[in-house]
Amino acid sequence: MYEDLIGLDSGIEELFVDPDPDNAREYFRGKSRALSNKVTTVEQAVSVLIHDGDYIAVGGFGHVRIPTAVIYEIVRQKKRNLGLAGHTSIYDSDLLATAGCIDRCDISYVIGYEIRGLSASSRRAFESKAIRKTDWSNGALAWRFAAGAAGLSFLPSRHMLGTDTFKHSAAKTIVCPFTGKRFCALPALYPDVAVIHVHAADSYGNGQITEGIRISDPHLARAARKVILSTERLIPHEDIRANPQATAIPYWCVDAVVEVPYGSHPGNMPGEYWFDEDFFKMYLDCVKTEEGSRALYDEYIYGVEDFEGYLDKIGGVKKMRELRAIEKLIYADRG
Amino acid sequence: MHAEYNPLELLVCIGSRIIEDNSTVFVGTGVPMAATMLAQKLHSPNVILIFEAGSVAPQMPGLPISVGDSRTSHKALIASTMNDVMGACQCGRVDYTFLGGAQIDMYGNLNSTMIGDDYQQPKVRFPGSGGANDLASFCWRTVVITPMDDRRFVPEVNFITSPGYLSGKGAREKAGLPAGTGPYKVITNLCILGYDDDTCRMRIESLHPGVQVETVQENCGFELLKAENLEITPAPTAEELRVLREEVDPDGYIIGR
Repeated sequence: MYEDLIGLDSGIEELFVDPDPDNAREYFRGKSRALSNKVTTVEQAVSVLIHDGDYIAVGGFGHVRIPTAVIYEIVRQKKRNLGLAGHTSIYDSDLLATAGCIDRCDISYVIGYEIRGLSASSRRAFESKAIRKTDWSNGALAWRFAAGAAGLSFLPSRHMLGTDTFKHSAAKTIVCPFTGKRFCALPALYPDVAVIHVHAADSYGNGQITEGIRISDPHLARAARKVILSTERLIPHEDIRANPQATAIPYWCVDAVVEVPYGSHPGNMPGEYWFDEDFFKMYLDCVKTEEGSRALYDEYIYGVEDFEGYLDKIGGVKKMRELRAIEKLIYADRG
Repeated sequence: MHAEYNPLELLVCIGSRIIEDNSTVFVGTGVPMAATMLAQKLHSPNVILIFEAGSVAPQMPGLPISVGDSRTSHKALIASTMNDVMGACQCGRVDYTFLGGAQIDMYGNLNSTMIGDDYQQPKVRFPGSGGANDLASFCWRTVVITPMDDRRFVPEVNFITSPGYLSGKGAREKAGLPAGTGPYKVITNLCILGYDDDTCRMRIESLHPGVQVETVQENCGFELLKAENLEITPAPTAEELRVLREEVDPDGYIIGR
């Protein structure tokens, strides 16, 4: 039982992204080093930087500090045949899978909404052959970004070995040249585009994460060929220089900066606003059927011009102030 | 006189008792979050909780909904990265991890990926590993908390998402996983299970109040071994239940389903 897994030296699924560091170096060589103004609109950033067929990765933690506004715009512009790093993904991958934007996915966590249960529409999408799948662990995808950020083609690691997660990955095993031990070898992941939401950024794209955890975003930004940086607030360049230890993403990684207050709704933005649980409950109820799903996407995504239009639908600034109050623990002493 | 409790409250209370003060515990989503928070409030105030999104040692003001939300970094010692905390696990700094799963077998292998024969077109697709494979590979002791029935406790899992003892003694090391790691306990609504030292097979170690060995076996799809001295698990105390219901999960996210 399971014997074939223990000695397996190569995963059998597809490797979606070229791990060759010299190809990445050649691309990065051509990127501008100038401190130039990169502020644009969400609509422009998505239409100019994301093309059908691209492989994209999303920062944050699936429903925490996610760039919702940019993802809605990808859905609204009907991008197709995208690849996706399904790394700690929740609402982000659900939207892209449900809307038919992706045709391949490196999966470490999809479909689930943690303690809220599962999304029926994601489940339908990922159970279909329309999305080609390769599985990994969260740690594996985090280290694949780290390999990319370091300009390597792979990193050794000590998980996944002996399991079906390894078998249905595109990892291999390697013998350590120093210890003779058997390690997993994780191919570097250089996404075409990363989309990341932060608390504050200057117009050049220096991004600061000022509260909460950083997950994999520092490595993801450095591994991606292009980065769309979405920010709660634009701040003066001098403020970055006054507080450089808060900078998680340096400007030379970034191609577009978009200012989107409340841009992570219905997600939690640490220090800013809590999850919109009423919205998630409504969303998960609606997507149980394909008709419900279509009606919901028509109303909240296709039926509005932009994120401001969407915010009006979900209760506007009044709603966001309620979620901000919860985040700030104003009601922590509930009766 | 004993307090009334539901199966999930029982799971959380008993799970919380395993958590030692001053140990490092890597917490997965769901029941483990409630169990570790209960332990922190009752008997292990200095337990170091670690969450995969990058938070270390928070003092949580309320039950997190996500292992990455802002409650997990409230009054934490460090709000870091996934790389950082996974590295801490791979370095051997983390004592316990608490996990769940859709299926588990007699060696503690866990499936949270899929049911069916065709990987690309599964009958049922689950979220996948998340951090579970990493934690089950790296942490010294893996504790699984799950309700017990014969659809979950199966002779062979459809897909090994996260490693238990794989095919038995020595298999983890042979595969290349760090030595000395592996499954430690399985906490269910019926009993506490451990593992036989020689065979690495699951065994009954403690029965919850009023539960017979036969009931446990009937709810398990494979033959369970028995420890020499079977114990009786003390029932949840009134204090455990009060803190769980009033302070840990007042909205019933975990215990109310």
